Amino acid sequence: MQQWIRLEPARRKYDEFMSVESTGTFPVKRGLAEMMKGGVIMDVVNPEQAKIAEDAGAVAVMALERVPADIRRDGGVARMSDPEMIIGIQEVCSIPVMAKARIGHFVEAQILQSLGVDFIDESEVLTPADEAYHIDKMAFDVPFVCGATNLGEALRRISEGAAMIRSKGEAGTGNVVEAVRHLRSIIGDMKRITQADEAELFGWAKQLQAPLSLIQEIAQTGTLPVPLFCAGGLATPADAALAMQLGADAVFVGSGIFKADNPSPRAKAIVEATTHYMDADVLAKVSRGIGAPMTGIGMDEISVKYAERGW
Amino acid sequence: MALGINAPLVKTPEQLVGVDALILPGGESTTMSMLLDTSGLRDSIGERLADGMGVFGTCAGMILCATDVLDGRPDQRGFSLIDMTVRRNGYGRQLDSFETDLSVDGLADDFHAVFIRAPYVERVGPDVEVIAVHDGIPVLARSGRCTVASFHPELTEDTRLHEAFIATL
Repeated sequence: MQQWIRLEPARRKYDEFMSVESTGTFPVKRGLAEMMKGGVIMDVVNPEQAKIAEDAGAVAVMALERVPADIRRDGGVARMSDPEMIIGIQEVCSIPVMAKARIGHFVEAQILQSLGVDFIDESEVLTPADEAYHIDKMAFDVPFVCGATNLGEALRRISEGAAMIRSKGEAGTGNVVEAVRHLRSIIGDMKRITQADEAELFGWAKQLQAPLSLIQEIAQTGTLPVPLFCAGGLATPADAALAMQLGADAVFVGSGIFKADNPSPRAKAIVEATTHYMDADVLAKVSRGIGAPMTGIGMDEISVKYAERGW
Repeated sequence: MALGINAPLVKTPEQLVGVDALILPGGESTTMSMLLDTSGLRDSIGERLADGMGVFGTCAGMILCATDVLDGRPDQRGFSLIDMTVRRNGYGRQLDSFETDLSVDGLADDFHAVFIRAPYVERVGPDVEVIAVHDGIPVLARSGRCTVASFHPELTEDTRLHEAFIATL
């Protein structure tokens, strides 16, 4: 076994002088995503909601002007939130604060980085700003999370520099079906890739339109090189536990909390359900007496599918 | 399972039974503090600590081990295992997160350390042994069977600090 031995003071001085710090590197970006594993990230639209989310045990909040259910109802162009509102939330919150930029809108991302947000969501919930290109996320020091409906999309976002991938379930619907489809697709293809032989990996790269190096890495590890979170349509503690049992590392809950009758107890229940996702007794206990969830909408009732934004 | 040690995940008091030492890893200390209460783990961990169970706290885990916490939530409570004052998120927001090479007492070569929204050690008590410093600030320290780091050894492949922790047990 290794023993602790005090070094000579002279050696220590020299090493301190030589120490080099690197910020904004990929390990540092992915590191924050790793720290949120097993947790719940909650959409909030004002400082009061941010406090409720933090009190309930959220690992981070997503600051935005309208929750997706309202964006869906109001229509029009949805953009980055007012910096004033984001700063207001940063001031009351001690947990990480995330914010959304439009797909391809790198100037919104520059502004969010300047505000010091901890994570940027390049989000299909906002109206896309570019029909051809996503943001070059390598060019930023702040980490990005991007949505993906399938493994190819996830790997394209990772090759652009995303430090976290989330499913692209239909935000604002309270309907978990799309998020489940995306998780099953991403995780199912990764399982199949681990069974493929070397020659077949070239076919996978072509079929998924993804870098061969990332496909080869998945063949070895069976998992994405960044955490995979579930987002879109989660409304109940059971939804959160379903996402976790399907293999998500953590969950985003948007409209599901503050569009419900009783946000605070529901938020706490979802946090507990996400932690104890394998324990049906705990899930039954925390699901009791938390009021009605948001009503929700079926997929055939919506005119715009956000998941089709981005590629 | 690494270093010949079985390392199960502990989420409930039942899962703590049979565990010889505990790692309190990174995460959000406020969330962890709340879940310690709702799961009933706070009391069962407290009892085991009173019996001398070893603990390695990293980042948020360091906050849970420290006697004094600045910029925490008023309802946030830890285990007061190591006499030090830490400031939560004292290194700043994510944009201030960094990686660097540390000279660590007892390790022949530098240890590559990743700091994520790390706690900042403002004071250590006289009985606390500081094992590594960064810019003059303690970042790795030990007191008895409690070891704390403001960075994340769990994010890198280097197992030397885990080995050193096991050697203290």
